[in-house]
Amino acid sequence: MTSAIPDHYQSASSIAANVASGEISAAETLEQYLNQIEDNEKDVHAFNLVTIDEARALANEIDKLVSKGGNPGPLAGVPVAIKDNLCTRGIPTTASSKILQQWKPPYDATVVRKLKEAGATIIGKTNLDEFAMGSSTENSAFGPTRNPHDFSCVPGGSSGGSAAAVAAGFAPIAIGSDTGGSIRQPASLCGVVGVKPTYGGVSRYGLLAFASSLDQVGPFANSVKDAAIVHEVIGGFDPLDSTSIKEAPSPFTDLLGQGINNLKVGVIKELMGGIDGISDEVIARANEAVTALSNAGAQVEEVSLPAALYCLSAYYLIAPAEASSNLSRYDGVRYGLRVDGNNLNEMNINTRTEGFGDEVKRRIMLGTYALSAGYYDAYYGKALKVRRLLAENFADLYKDYDVLLSPTSPCTAFKIGEKVSDPMTMYVNDVCTIPSNLVGHPAISVPFGIGSDGMPIGIQILAPPMNESVMYQVAETLEQAGT
Amino acid sequence: MMSEPITPEEVTHVAYLARLRLTEDELSRFTEQLGAVLTHAADVEALELDDVEPMSHPLPVENTMREDAPQPMLKPSDFLNEAPAVEDGRFLVPKILGEQP
Amino acid sequence: MSPEIFKENWELVVGLEVHAELATTTKLFCGCLNQFGNEPNTNVCPVCLGLPGSLPVVNEKAVYFAMQLGRALNCTVNRSVFARKNYFYPDMPKDFQISQYDLPTNSDGRLDLPNGITIGIERAHIEEDTGKTTHIGTSGRISGADYSLVDYNRAGVPLIEIVTKPEIHTIDQAKAYVSELRAILLTLGVSDAKMEEGSIRVDANVSIRDIGETNLRTRCEIKNVNSLKSLGRAIDYEANRHIGLYENGESPKQETRHWDENAGRTRSGRSKEDAEDYRYFPEPDLVPLNPSKETITKIDQELPELPAERRKELLDLSGAKPSDIALLVERNHDSFATETITSGGSPNQVIKHLVNNLPDGLGQLTPQTLAQLAQMEEEAKITNTQAKKILEELVEQGGNPSNIAAESGFEAIDTSEVENLVDELITSHSDEWERFCAGEKKVQGFFVGQIMKATSGQADGKLINQILNERSAKK
Repeated sequence: MTSAIPDHYQSASSIAANVASGEISAAETLEQYLNQIEDNEKDVHAFNLVTIDEARALANEIDKLVSKGGNPGPLAGVPVAIKDNLCTRGIPTTASSKILQQWKPPYDATVVRKLKEAGATIIGKTNLDEFAMGSSTENSAFGPTRNPHDFSCVPGGSSGGSAAAVAAGFAPIAIGSDTGGSIRQPASLCGVVGVKPTYGGVSRYGLLAFASSLDQVGPFANSVKDAAIVHEVIGGFDPLDSTSIKEAPSPFTDLLGQGINNLKVGVIKELMGGIDGISDEVIARANEAVTALSNAGAQVEEVSLPAALYCLSAYYLIAPAEASSNLSRYDGVRYGLRVDGNNLNEMNINTRTEGFGDEVKRRIMLGTYALSAGYYDAYYGKALKVRRLLAENFADLYKDYDVLLSPTSPCTAFKIGEKVSDPMTMYVNDVCTIPSNLVGHPAISVPFGIGSDGMPIGIQILAPPMNESVMYQVAETLEQAGT
Repeated sequence: MMSEPITPEEVTHVAYLARLRLTEDELSRFTEQLGAVLTHAADVEALELDDVEPMSHPLPVENTMREDAPQPMLKPSDFLNEAPAVEDGRFLVPKILGEQP
Repeated sequence: MSPEIFKENWELVVGLEVHAELATTTKLFCGCLNQFGNEPNTNVCPVCLGLPGSLPVVNEKAVYFAMQLGRALNCTVNRSVFARKNYFYPDMPKDFQISQYDLPTNSDGRLDLPNGITIGIERAHIEEDTGKTTHIGTSGRISGADYSLVDYNRAGVPLIEIVTKPEIHTIDQAKAYVSELRAILLTLGVSDAKMEEGSIRVDANVSIRDIGETNLRTRCEIKNVNSLKSLGRAIDYEANRHIGLYENGESPKQETRHWDENAGRTRSGRSKEDAEDYRYFPEPDLVPLNPSKETITKIDQELPELPAERRKELLDLSGAKPSDIALLVERNHDSFATETITSGGSPNQVIKHLVNNLPDGLGQLTPQTLAQLAQMEEEAKITNTQAKKILEELVEQGGNPSNIAAESGFEAIDTSEVENLVDELITSHSDEWERFCAGEKKVQGFFVGQIMKATSGQADGKLINQILNERSAKK
């Protein structure tokens, strides 16, 4: 077998409804998904760890609550796979790195806590590029994840395990993190829905930081509606995250089913061929999406986002800079791996040299360089200014447009091993997704057909901050047109 | 760009700052790869942006603070079990060569 | 003002960096207790242990304390941004310290020393403290240790770092600056400010230059100074080291050096390859602090009277020695002194008791009872020794000083009775009396001693002297 796509996906909302009504138990639901994992996980390798016992215990609790007539929550009995860079109390959290050495956190990430409170059954921890640095999930200390549509291809990354888990029917919902496209790009490559929420919309507490000012946690699902429902559950102010937003956004499912008559959609021309490296086939498919939205009643126009030209460079200075500092704490003193040495300094060096993979080392060194004396202004300082220009570009566009559109990924899923030796080629995978991270805006990737290679293509809808409801509204229309 | 964007000496220095050790092979490979990224970044470096305010944070939020009120703390067993080396309830580290800077 | 000469034709240039721990209930970025003396690693949580995934949230009380101190030092309170200072050290759980860099909370202030000299304050910023490292080995010090143990109870405790301009030119000024800053911290109640216990720590940036020279020469930062005395010794040592180098045609290199109290010298702290490159950048996990005008106005209105004003007030009222007054302000006993004096206590007696006899606190003593006691003493109803005994009781149990005096049999002997005793003594010891009248002062002791003996110490010495002098003048 070379692929593992189920005939049918069950929606999270229907699972929750069935579990809450007692029609099917959370335990039975879980076993269905565990069977699917049993059948195909050895080929896909979506998980670093399937938490069977913990998941069964959670499912039993939900069933007990239902039998007592309690409210089991909006995700009652819904199996959820968690990217392995989110802390789970007492359960190894590895960031797919050797350096954490199966570290067991003493606390749950806020997102994990909220999912449990909503009745979800946490089914396991998914594979990722080490510390979320990569676009293919090949940079994992535990081996690559394979694309369920074609095992010879990458699932994208860094949340490749989460995207693959949803595509392979291992879980109806998965959680990922998105620093430069790490949810949307694998969603696109695996043919599922993936959302990067507004920065500050979902708590980062318990997310192993890659680049703090860019990281956001978000959902993968098989439908726009499921993604919106899960986003609702995990979102909201968290007093433990200073960068989380206090104001409540309008409910994300509010505008679903309303159509998009008279909405104004801007198509970002720089990401439709203006910048090199985006495949003709992907651009052609994006143009079909434009037609679909226009047919559904939206006013669609081409717009320009001039600063998009500089986003890749700015991102690959800012993200490594923050990462170089965030990853300093992995020093062999308090947790994780220690490789001994004659003195502290040697121990630090031995541990980090042994514990980190090449991509992580590259980015740590790049970031250290960008921040170091004499280069700060030329690199990091300049990149922060590009970010401002970009924010101003977006603000201008959102005066006239409700949402913007672009492809999600410049290409369909590529072969495992194809790009891994040339970092710069790999980095270009993020060219369409990076702008939203730099400015903290929400964006979604929606599957929209397949390429000539039979692999999925995703379209990205970008929206103004805290305006996810309109983003979901447009995405839903696209979803209906694409199937 | 005429000169090398980053020299092997600079990469060695940066690796030390980041507490990493590179083999000869790694040094030449990383020097080349980092050079490629920095060459790409030359477009940003070349921009005239003197009047632009840097943006270190995506959202204009200020003054998020918490009350000076105690919260639950961890039990030592919650985290010392995860530590590579412990003595008397403290984290054990090999001998330190220099004072705290 | 003419320049201060440190030595020959050299001028000393010192800037001080004082770290003071803020007296909050919890740490700077988490709700763990800001408390000393607990078992190692018990006041910790994911945030102050720097566990992966944890995030800091600023303690509003720490910010308030910092701004209060800023205003007390006449600083501008700014929109401020936290920054990360990156370096590897095991007592820092994240291997970076959250501090402030180019945008500190307070800048451009000044502190007036009691002698009238003004020291410019460059900045006063907020940062987190590190954990504590214990070096295990025969030496107990970092060099020669076999290994070290780290306790993170102190990690994340809020600090304010107050940085002066390089405007201190004598060792006395340096000490006076630290004393005055301590007094301000105590008055505001923002820090315990105990130098020996490390709740304030002083680093000195020392350089030297020719008298009349205006540029600044290479400075060395001296750390690990644990008392005012060692601050003076360390500056003196370091300045002389610089002079020695210059006189040899060499010059010092800019570095951090550590004061070794036992050896009486400073030592270079780090190896060369650790050349400082802290890669400061804005802390992305925190948002800027931007106090409103109203907040700052409120702080100004709530600012208590500062030590300088308090000293002046008590000085005007009592006329006592400035050093005694400074001591009472530091102990926070100045308003007690003021109230006692305005309740009728004689300033001399009141200040004397507060300075000498009440260093450990006032207990049950009230301004009224101390005033009464001082009055009794002034009127010679009781002796000094008796007053001290009554004072002890007043501190312990309170009560009325005249009642205590009566109960203790301290009721002073009537003046006429003392006069009679003196007259009897003059008659029975006429030789001694002649010598006394001739001005032989040591005979005075004989007379006072005899009267004291006769009255079992109940007579007032001052009264005896007064009578002796009256009699001798009449003769």
